[in-house]
Amino acid sequence: MPLVKNAAIVEDRFVRILDDAVVPDDGEIIVPADRLLADASELTQRSGATGVHWPNDRNVSELAPYLDRLALVSLVFPSFRDGRAYSQARLLRERYQYRGEIRATGDVLRDQFILMHRAGFDAFEVKKQADAVKFAEAVARYSVVYQPGADSQSSAARRRRGRIGLAAVESAVTARS
Amino acid sequence: MTAPSQQKLKVRGPVVVTANRLGDGAVVYFTATGGWATQLEDAAVVTSAQDAKDLLASANASDIDAVGAYVAPVEIVDGRIEPGNLRERIRVFGPTFELPAVNAL
Amino acid sequence: MYIYDEFDRTLLAERVREFRDQVARRLSGELTEDEFKPLRLMNGVYLQLHAYMLRIAIPYGTLSSDQLRTLAHVARRYDRDYGHFTTRQNIQFNWIKLSDLPDVMADLAKVGLHAMQTSGNCVRNVTTDQWAGVAPDEVEDARIWAEILRQHSTMHPEFTYLPRKFKIALTAAPHDRAAVRVHDIGLRLHRNGAGEVGFEVVVGGGLGRTPFVGKTIKPFLHKRDLLSYVEAILRVYNQYGRRDNIYKARIKILVHDMGAEKFAAEVDAEWQAIKDGALSIDDAFIADIASRFRYPSYEDLPDNPASLRAARGRDPRFDVWYRNAVSPHKVPGYSIVTLSLKPEGAPPGDATSAQMDAIADAADQFSFGEIRVAHEQNLVLPHVAQKDLPALWEALDRVGVATPNVGLVSDIIACPGLDYCSLANTRSIPVAQELTRRFKNLGTQQELGRLHINISGCINACGHHHVGHIGILGVEKNGQEFYQITLGGRADEKAELGTLLGPAVPYGEVADVIEDVVAAYIELRERPNELFIETVKRVGVEPFKERVYAAR
Repeated sequence: MPLVKNAAIVEDRFVRILDDAVVPDDGEIIVPADRLLADASELTQRSGATGVHWPNDRNVSELAPYLDRLALVSLVFPSFRDGRAYSQARLLRERYQYRGEIRATGDVLRDQFILMHRAGFDAFEVKKQADAVKFAEAVARYSVVYQPGADSQSSAARRRRGRIGLAAVESAVTARS
Repeated sequence: MTAPSQQKLKVRGPVVVTANRLGDGAVVYFTATGGWATQLEDAAVVTSAQDAKDLLASANASDIDAVGAYVAPVEIVDGRIEPGNLRERIRVFGPTFELPAVNAL
Repeated sequence: MYIYDEFDRTLLAERVREFRDQVARRLSGELTEDEFKPLRLMNGVYLQLHAYMLRIAIPYGTLSSDQLRTLAHVARRYDRDYGHFTTRQNIQFNWIKLSDLPDVMADLAKVGLHAMQTSGNCVRNVTTDQWAGVAPDEVEDARIWAEILRQHSTMHPEFTYLPRKFKIALTAAPHDRAAVRVHDIGLRLHRNGAGEVGFEVVVGGGLGRTPFVGKTIKPFLHKRDLLSYVEAILRVYNQYGRRDNIYKARIKILVHDMGAEKFAAEVDAEWQAIKDGALSIDDAFIADIASRFRYPSYEDLPDNPASLRAARGRDPRFDVWYRNAVSPHKVPGYSIVTLSLKPEGAPPGDATSAQMDAIADAADQFSFGEIRVAHEQNLVLPHVAQKDLPALWEALDRVGVATPNVGLVSDIIACPGLDYCSLANTRSIPVAQELTRRFKNLGTQQELGRLHINISGCINACGHHHVGHIGILGVEKNGQEFYQITLGGRADEKAELGTLLGPAVPYGEVADVIEDVVAAYIELRERPNELFIETVKRVGVEPFKERVYAAR
C-alpha cells in the first residue's frame, strides 16, 4: 500500500507494532492506542520516533497529554464512508495544535484526498496505486473552498474580505490623492 | 413491494435476475449466456433458491454493465415470461399513469 | 436573489470537472459502484426503478427566470419534457442517463444551478419559507442565512461523510412555513426581549421510520455565533451518531438516546472551544453575502387598485383564483402569488417544459424575474404588482397553473412512490390523482377550507405524511398495496405528528375512506370555519374512527 507524503510516494520508515510485541529502542514505530496509554513514559523515551494508531471511535482528547512526544498519529477510515477521522484530524490540528504527522489509513481513496488534506492529514496510506500516482492532481481539484480547514488554503470568505479591504484601501488612496 | 435490498432470498416460483444498465439506468435482465438484455422475454428463469443465488452471484461478478442486481419474481403465462409483481410490472411498462408531457415518449 | 461572484462560479466549474472525471472513471470500470455511489449521490444522482434520477438543488427555493428556462431545457434535451418539484424545494428529473450527466451539470452551471449535496450523508439543501424576503410577518429575510449555511456546508472537509443525511431549515416568521421543527436542525429567526434578532435552535426533528418533533437546545443564539454553533452540533453528531444501523443513524436518534439536555451540554462544551475562532461572524461577513442579494426596485403603488377591483367584479373565475392564490406582500401595492401544480387528475408537483418556459416568461413580465419553490410542491411568484394580477392570471390559466386549490383538499403533497422510486412499497401518485378527482368541486373544497393531505409510498416519509392533517402511508401486505391513514399532523410552529386512524385499507378503498373522513369532519365541526385540523384537535381521532370504520 503506497504511502504518500508531500504529494509523492515515499518509503514508509514507520513499523507497526502489534499488541504486546517487543518494542525496539531505535527506529520509527507505531503502537496501538492501549499500548501507548499503558506504557507512555517508556515508549516516548525511546531514541526512535514513536507514533500511535488511534481508532476512530475514541476521543483524541485522551491523546492530548502525549502529543508533544508523538511523531505521528495514525487515524482510521474503516470504510471511506465513515467520516469520524475527519473530526479527529481537525481537532488534533486545531484544538491541540499538533504538528506531527497525521496519517490516513484504511479505505483511503482518490476522491476523498482533498477532504483529508483539508482536515489536517499530511500522510496517506493509499489503497490503490493508481490513486497514489494521482494524489497531487486530486488535492488541487478545488482552487476555491468556502470554509476554513486545517490546511493553509484561504476560505472564500477571507479572500472576499481581502478584496473588500483592498478596494477600501484603493478608494482611500484615491480619495487622498 | 418491499425494496429488494431488504429482501431475504426466498424463492416461491420462477424468478429472474434484474438490474439497471450502468450508462443509462435502463431496466435489464440477466440472460442464460451471462449478458444483460432489455426484454424480459430474454431473461434466464430459475426456480430454486440455490439457482437464484448462483445466478445473482454471476450477475454481481461485474458491475461495469449493470448495477443493483436483485432477484425478481416472474409468472409464466402460456409460455411467456410476465412480471411477477406490481413493482416489476412498473419496471416493464412504466409508471401507471400518463406522463405529464404530451410529447413524452 | 443571490448572484454568484467569481468564487461561487469557480467552485461550481471545478465541481463539474470533478464529476465529469468521476463519471468517466465509473464508466471505464476504474471506480466500482460501491466507490462511486456516494460520489454520485453527492451530485444528486439516484438509481431508481426505470432510470437514473437527478435531483437539482434550488437553494432555499429561489430561482431566476433564466434558471427556470434552463430546467426546461434539461427536461427537453435530456429527459421526458417534465420535472417534479419536491418537498425540499428541489426539482427532480426521472429519466436522466448517467452518460449525459456531466453535460447536464455543465449546462446547469452556466446559470449557477447545480446538484451538489442533494443526496448523500452530508448537509442537504438548506430550505426556508417560500415567502422569505416578501412575507409581511417576517423579522428579516432568512435567505441570507440560508446562503451562509449553504456555503459553509458545501464540501465541508469535516462533515462530508456524516452518519446519515442532514437537513437544515430556517424560518423568520411567527407562522412557520418551512417546517423547521421536523428538521435535523431548525432555526427560527426572531427578536428577543432586548430587541436583538437571533436564532432559536431546534435539533433532532425528523420524519421517516422514527418521527420526532425537534427539541429546542438554545432558545436564543446571536447571529455572530451561527456557524460556530452549527459546527459544534455537526461535530458532536459526526463523532457520536450511530454508524452501525442506517435506520438509527440520524441525529434525532442521538438526541433521543442521549436526552436533549445532555446533547445540548455536549454541543455547548464543543462550542465553547470554538465560538471565538475563525467561524465567528462579523458585520463585514454578513454585509459581503448580503451585497450579492438583489432585491426588486418596487414601484410606489397603491393597494387594491381600481383596475383590480373591476377585474374581480367582471370575472368570477378570476375572483375565485384571486381569493385563493394571492397573499399579502410586505410592500404596498404588491402581492405574493402561488401557482398550483395540482390540477385535477395530474401527478402533484409536476411541470412540463412548456409550463416552465411560460412561468419564466410570466416571472420576467410580472415578478422581477424571480420564482420560488414551495415545499408543498407548488411554485410562487413573489413580487407581483396588484395591478398586474388580472393579466398574470390569464397567462397562468393558459398553461394550467392557476387551479384555485392552494391549501385546499386537492392541493395534495405526494412523494413519487412506487411508480418511480426504488425504495417505495406502494404507489402514491395514483392515490393523489383519484383524490383530486373525488374532490374536484371547487365549492366543496372551499367549504372544507384549509386541509392538507400528505401521501408517502413508504416509511421514508418523503411525502411528509406524519405532519399531514390527513396522512396516508403506503404499506405492503402480501404483495398488495395497503394504506394507513393518520389524522391531526401539522408541520408548522405547532408541529405535531398525526395519530393512526385504524387498520390499513386496500388501494381501491383509500379514496372512499378519505371521503368518509371528510364527511365526518363536516358532521363534527362546531361551526363552518372550524378548520379540519382544529376539529381533530378538539374531538380526537375516535369519533372519526367510529364513523369511518363503522361500515367496514
